[in-house]
Amino acid sequence: MPEKTETATEHVPAAAASALPAAHAKPKRPAQTIFDVRDVDVHYGTHKAVTGINLALPHGQITALIGPSGCGKSTFIRCLNRMNDLIPSARVDGQIIYHGQDLYAPDIDPVQVRKRIGMVFQKPNPFPKSIYDNIAFGPRLLGMKGSMDDIVEQALRRGALWDEVKDRLKTNAFGMSGGQQQRLCIARALATDPDVLLMDEPCSALDPISTGRIEDLMLELKETYSIVIVTHNMQQAARVSDMTAFFTVQLGDNEQRTGYVVEYAATDKIFTNPDDPRTEEYVTGKVG
Amino acid sequence: MTAAQIAASVIPKASGRDKAGTSVFGGLMLASLALAFLGLGAIIWDFTSDGLSVVTWDFITKFPSRVIPENSGINSAIWGTIWLMVICAVLVIPIGVMTAVYLEEYAEKDRWYNRMIEINIQNLSAVPSVVYGILGLAFIVRGPLSLGPVLAAGGITLALLVLPVVIIVAREAIRAVPPSIREGSLALGATQWQTIWKQVLPGSIAGISTGVILALSRAIGETAPLLVIGAAVSPRFNPTGLDSAFTALPIQILAWTQDPDREFISRAAGAIVVLMAILLIMNSVAIWLRNRYEQKW
Repeated sequence: MPEKTETATEHVPAAAASALPAAHAKPKRPAQTIFDVRDVDVHYGTHKAVTGINLALPHGQITALIGPSGCGKSTFIRCLNRMNDLIPSARVDGQIIYHGQDLYAPDIDPVQVRKRIGMVFQKPNPFPKSIYDNIAFGPRLLGMKGSMDDIVEQALRRGALWDEVKDRLKTNAFGMSGGQQQRLCIARALATDPDVLLMDEPCSALDPISTGRIEDLMLELKETYSIVIVTHNMQQAARVSDMTAFFTVQLGDNEQRTGYVVEYAATDKIFTNPDDPRTEEYVTGKVG
Repeated sequence: MTAAQIAASVIPKASGRDKAGTSVFGGLMLASLALAFLGLGAIIWDFTSDGLSVVTWDFITKFPSRVIPENSGINSAIWGTIWLMVICAVLVIPIGVMTAVYLEEYAEKDRWYNRMIEINIQNLSAVPSVVYGILGLAFIVRGPLSLGPVLAAGGITLALLVLPVVIIVAREAIRAVPPSIREGSLALGATQWQTIWKQVLPGSIAGISTGVILALSRAIGETAPLLVIGAAVSPRFNPTGLDSAFTALPIQILAWTQDPDREFISRAAGAIVVLMAILLIMNSVAIWLRNRYEQKW
């Protein structure tokens, strides 16, 4: 089987799974880890949103976070670049080790974290500016050296958008299609040269053709970046990811919904031979 | 049953009652609209019929005279109004926008002091303008600042008067910038201030400037606060600086309407034409700005 599977089909890929050792029942820690997540709990005020997350997210691969609505996938991915800091009531406990540093150590500046870890959101959110200025926004903030034209071109090429927009770089990004806008947002995140790309349901507002393009793009990008993607679309997780974490939700006192990880393993294993019956029920479509 | 009968039974015709209700309600709405337009038309007719012939270049460039109506103009009133507008804008734009930015972007909404500020601003925007005049007289003309009845005092008083309105409008414009834009900017490693300066304010500039212009056009139409703080009546000189005595168009209009001489009253009508023209231009600019630069999200 080739490294890149056909993205338009809905078969479970054997793809990258073969490159990995056989998955174990417990979360395993591959040699190369980009995020080492240890005992992470997230509270919103008094509400515990996710609990007990222990994951070793691999470097240079795509990790998918799947699970039913409200299970804390988005909450968790927002911990990885400290976007939860923007919600005043949010509190993150535990450790997330990134390049040997705890992202939640007191001396870490969240702004610096976000410069290294890019993020793409559910709904494309281009700035109301030209395509060029959208891409150049991040590099300008960082004061990146070199020709801005080159930086913009390179980012748009990496975002697989250059050929479509090279003749209208100065037009407003709001004039693009939804799929193009989302690829612009990906290119914008890549322009600052991060080493991780977080994607929070990046295709949920897109049609299948645009989705296919973005999935192709993700497979190309994982050569250079580590990618973490939240998705509701199990076929998507199966098509693109190397590792998959299945989240679900438990109802606590006062109907509080708290998310936790049921199973984390190679995508292939999660979709063909999961250890936990809850995972199997979910991926085979019996629940959720 | 014929096909038509079947159709009629599936989708019944509107009842007579429904139709009557619709037309009565429509008629009432039209009538209220007509009443509003009639009132406006009557006012415009009243002062233009009397005042339009008065408005000549001489009228605009001459100083007011207390004795000869034909020689009486609104030069000092126009310059006073322009000065007041500039002072007011210089004060109200930075303070109003910064307050709005604080309340929308920084303030924790559930803190009691932020809620108090918010309620206060709402209430201040409803305070009658004459009360601001008394405030200006007590604290700016006399009292702590003791500036005397000069342009600076007038400008500050008008700025205080329209500040709540500017804050409210600016907050609405800032709130209209979707959170996803802020998230996108912050996720690229922008600080909160960079996000505000480079995304939020540019995205809300159309709404803010529209609000500022409308607030300024309210300020230049105000008579009561200027009267209370002691604007000059019919001065035969233009303001030369912030510490000059001054008058303004509404004050000049009031002074002339109180004169028993009929001729002076038509001068007042002429000044109203000029004031209305300035207001119309300002409001048109506001509408144009909004249509041209308003951001559709």
